[in-house]
Parts: sequence; structure tokens; C-alpha cells
Amino acid sequence: MSSVRSPMAPPRSFLWSRRIFLTLLTGFVLIPVYVMVSSSLKPLADVTGKFRWLPSGLTVRPYIDIWSTVPLAKYFMNSVIVAGAATILSVVIAVFAAYAVSRYEFRGKRVFTVTVLSTQMFPGILFLLPLFLLYVNIGNATGIALFGSRGGLILTYLTFSLPFSIWMLIGYFDSVPRDLDEAALVDGCGPLGALLRIVVPAAIPGIVAVAVYAFMTAWGEVLFASVMTDDTTRTLAVGLQGYSTLYNVYWNQIMAASLVVSVPVVAGFLLLQRYLVTGLTAGAVK
Amino acid sequence: MTTTAFKEPVRQAPSGAAGRESRRTGRLRRVTLPYLLLLPALLLELLVHLVPMVIGIVMSFKELTQFYIRDWGTAPWSGLGNYKVSVDFDAPVGNALLHSFLVTVGFTLLSVALCWLIGTAAAIFMQDTFRGRGLLRALFLVPYALPVYAAVITWVFMFQHDNGLVNHVLHDQLHLTDKPAFWLLGDNSFYALLTVSVWKGWPFAFLIVMAGLQNIPKELYEAAALDGTGMWQQIRRITLPSLRPVNQVLVLVLFLWTFNDFNTPYVLFGKSAPEAADLISVHIYQASFVTWNFGTGSAMSVLLLLFLLVVTGLYLLFTSRGRRAADV
Repeated sequence: MSSVRSPMAPPRSFLWSRRIFLTLLTGFVLIPVYVMVSSSLKPLADVTGKFRWLPSGLTVRPYIDIWSTVPLAKYFMNSVIVAGAATILSVVIAVFAAYAVSRYEFRGKRVFTVTVLSTQMFPGILFLLPLFLLYVNIGNATGIALFGSRGGLILTYLTFSLPFSIWMLIGYFDSVPRDLDEAALVDGCGPLGALLRIVVPAAIPGIVAVAVYAFMTAWGEVLFASVMTDDTTRTLAVGLQGYSTLYNVYWNQIMAASLVVSVPVVAGFLLLQRYLVTGLTAGAVK
Repeated sequence: MTTTAFKEPVRQAPSGAAGRESRRTGRLRRVTLPYLLLLPALLLELLVHLVPMVIGIVMSFKELTQFYIRDWGTAPWSGLGNYKVSVDFDAPVGNALLHSFLVTVGFTLLSVALCWLIGTAAAIFMQDTFRGRGLLRALFLVPYALPVYAAVITWVFMFQHDNGLVNHVLHDQLHLTDKPAFWLLGDNSFYALLTVSVWKGWPFAFLIVMAGLQNIPKELYEAAALDGTGMWQQIRRITLPSLRPVNQVLVLVLFLWTFNDFNTPYVLFGKSAPEAADLISVHIYQASFVTWNFGTGSAMSVLLLLFLLVVTGLYLLFTSRGRRAADV
């Protein structure tokens, strides 16, 4: 990566500013992470009394208890299903839409991109109420249960990441030379063949970045999950609030549960963050 | 399937009629194909965003209380009634909305400014390679990667009055306060919310600026270095101006996200936010779902959307003109 700025050695003032700034920032970022990890290993007495930087003793008890205090495993399953399905569908749909915009001239292209992008700006609260009513009414009229079901939540979440995904992939597909898919067309591939065999493989970093974004969006959403789920379909975002009736009491369990639900996304994100940066470089900020 | 549309005329043209036929379908498909590819995205956007938005606008003109939820079409029209209630700043409902709006504006401006500043500074400081840079970069992205509720619950714990870290450090260890403060109640809640929002939001600015920096040609820096331009001057004359197009989008996106943010205040304060940190999303949520008055809630949402539209339009107009002038 061409990140070396100049062959000159940076001046001392720069080095010192950098050292001080980055140290302070690291502290700011790390303190909550430290609190989460250390408190999750503390005995109950340590989290009900005065805050202690160091645990009086280490215990893994909270990690065992979290599964029985609330049905965490069920919430976890629901979140995996909802976020997983929303991600896969969102990526597939975004790939098709971005390919159409990137490779074809058609009437209404500008209207489409502007409309899709501007939905990004809507306050969620604006369509929460109508969507809630719409799902209830569709359910009453057709018997398709969208309200309270995983399906309804999947549909909702996948549209949240769709605008950004399409936007980013358009930029990414534009950077794949057209000659490549035109050659594939001449070789007898159809347009979809060219998309799947040429354009998609060349745009993998962008697609991975989009998938990471879609998964994180769905995994972390609270507003719609709190209105659109019931006891059987509750996701982690709402389920974790189940400990909140116990606020001030089982803080070690709350921290342990927070850590458990964070590990899959944070690990995945950190493994794939390189793609996200390259994806953003080629797509969004070009 | 569609994949064979292009080769059909060549491969299987046993008779002239069939050949012409498939050539016509081929052309038809070339015209309709982009629409077919867009169809799923379009349908979903219609279902989840556009149709509900239209319904929302219709609802805002109706007297939609809990009695009409089951069959909202039968709710009586109320004309501009819901809007009048929302903007009557002398009455309690309108007054509370105005207060919430002003709090949100102040909060958003501060949060966006801080997120942008910290993110940009960190990205520029980390432009050159140094030992531990990769590790630091991964570390800095952790707040962004954490699910909102997990991160915010941790902050709730830290802000606890009796057993939280913040009071322990400020009061017990540094003796900065006379007595332990309440962070999630009263006026302090504004600063608590701002801290959490910045902690959560700056890595996004960092990520985008970092990506933007990669697109600045190295030659610019090399030329500047040959001219004897120092590091600070290089940042001022090359880095910051080159980032302007990235910043234009970044600031707008940060603004819209922060302004509309529901997750952070909702997890931080629960269903009833303290007055000092009563952000508009939570306020409207409460006005609708707690009192079950969907009509007024919708009118407030529409007003919010109008405000965001105007701000976005003015922002784009203003920044684009500034950019064009700067290019000349």
C-alpha cells in the first residue's frame, strides 16, 4: 500500500503529537473494552460494590449463568438466522442492481439511484409506525405473518443495508474494465454469465465489505427489533435488555453476555477489515 | 434462461423464422434485463421504505389513536390537526417537541464535529507506517464493530452512580467532584450521551478518511518534500484539501446518522430519556408507542423528514458551490 508520505523523516513535533494523541485515544477506546472483559470475570460482590480496577478473584461463573438467566441461546439463534439471511439476500440483490446500473443505459437510471440513496436519509422512526401497520394489515389480509416473524425482520433489515451496498458496488463494478465482460459476452457467456464469472470474482473485496456491513447492521439494530419481534423471535438486541430488570444486580452477567454476543461480529470484522478499507477506497470514496 | 439469450441466434437457427424469433427476444431481453436485475431491489425498497413513507404521510393527516390501529383506514381525517399540535410551541406537546429538536441539533453538531476531528487526526497520524500501526488500526475499529447494545450497556455500567467506573475515577481517585454525580439522570446525561456517541462514531470517520488518504497520489508528497515543505505544511496544503470531496459525503452521512440515531439513547436511557438528552427519535417513539397516538407521531416524523431534506439540500448546494469555486 502506498501509504509512505515522504522520504523525509518526520519532525519531532509531529512524532510527539502523534505519540500523545494516539496514547490518549487508545485509552479512550480501550477502557470500556477492559471494563467489559474484566467485569465479566468478576464475582458478584465486585460489581455490586464500589468499582474495582482489578477483580478480587477470577470466576467464569457469569459465563455459565447467562444462559439460564435469560434464554440467550434462543436469542442468539434468532440473531444468527435473521442477520445471516438478511446479509445473503442483501448482497445478492445489491450485486444484481449494481450490475444493471454499472453496465446498462436505461430510462429511469438516475431516478432509481437517487431514490434508493435518499432512503438512507429517512429517519427510521418515520417508517417504523407505517411499516408496523403495513405488516399487521398484510398479515390480516393474506395470512402471511410478517409482523412478529423472522421473515418480516429479514425483509426489513436487508433494505437497511441495500442502499449503501448498491452505491458501493456500483463504484466497485465501474472499476472492473468493461472489456473483460464484453470479451466474455463474445465468448458466448450471457450477461449473467459475465456477471458471475468475470465481474463478481474481480469485485470480491467490495462484495465482502458490503456483506460485513450488512451483517453488522442487522446484528446491531434495536429499534425495529424491539417493535417487530415477539417472545419466540426476539433477537439479541432486545433479548439482552432482558437482563435490564436486573440492572445493578448481575452486572458481571450482563458484561459476559455482551462479550459473548460481540465476539462473532468483532472477530469477523477485524479479520475482514482489510477488505472493507480496500472496498471503500475503490468504491465509496473514489 | 436469460444467460442463453445472446448465443441463441448463432447456435440454433435451423429455420429463418425461429432465428428471427429468438433475435427479437434477445433484443427484448437486452432492454428489459436491467429492469429485471433491479426488480428485487426496487420491490423491497417500495415495500419497506416508500410505501410506508406514503402511508406515514397519509397517517399524519388522520386522527389515529389506539381505537383505529386494527383498521387504520377508518380513522377520521383531522386535516392539519396533528401538525398544529406538533408546532404549537406554547402547549406542552409542541413545547416538548421543540425542546427535543433543539437538544438533538446541539448534540448532533457537537458529536459530528468531534467524530470528524478525532477520526481525521487519527487517520493522518497513522498515514505513515510505524511499529504497531496495524494492531492500533484494528483496535480503533473495535468500537465501530461492537454491536450497539453491547457497547452502550457497558457504558451504562460505567456511568452507574454507586458502582460505576466514571464516578470511581472522578470522585474516589481524582477527587474532582464533591459527591458522586448522576450521569444518566439530569443535565449530565447530555455529556454521557455525547461521550458514548463519539466513542461509537469516530471510528467510522477514521475508516473513511483512511480510505480517502489512499487515493492521494504519492507524487504530490514527493514533490512537496523536494521543495522542502515540512510535514505539517504537507498536511495543510496537500492532505486536507485532497480530502475535501471525501469530507463532503462523510460529514453529511455522519450528520444524518447521528441526527436519526435511536439505538444509542434508547439503550442508554431506556424508554424515557432525561430531558437534557431527549433526542428526537426517542421522543417521537415515545409520543407514538407510549401514548399510542400514531397520528401525532407521524406528523412529527414528517416534519423531521422535511427538516432533513431542507438541510441536506442546502448542505449539498453550499458545499458543491464552495468546491467548484475552490477548483477554479
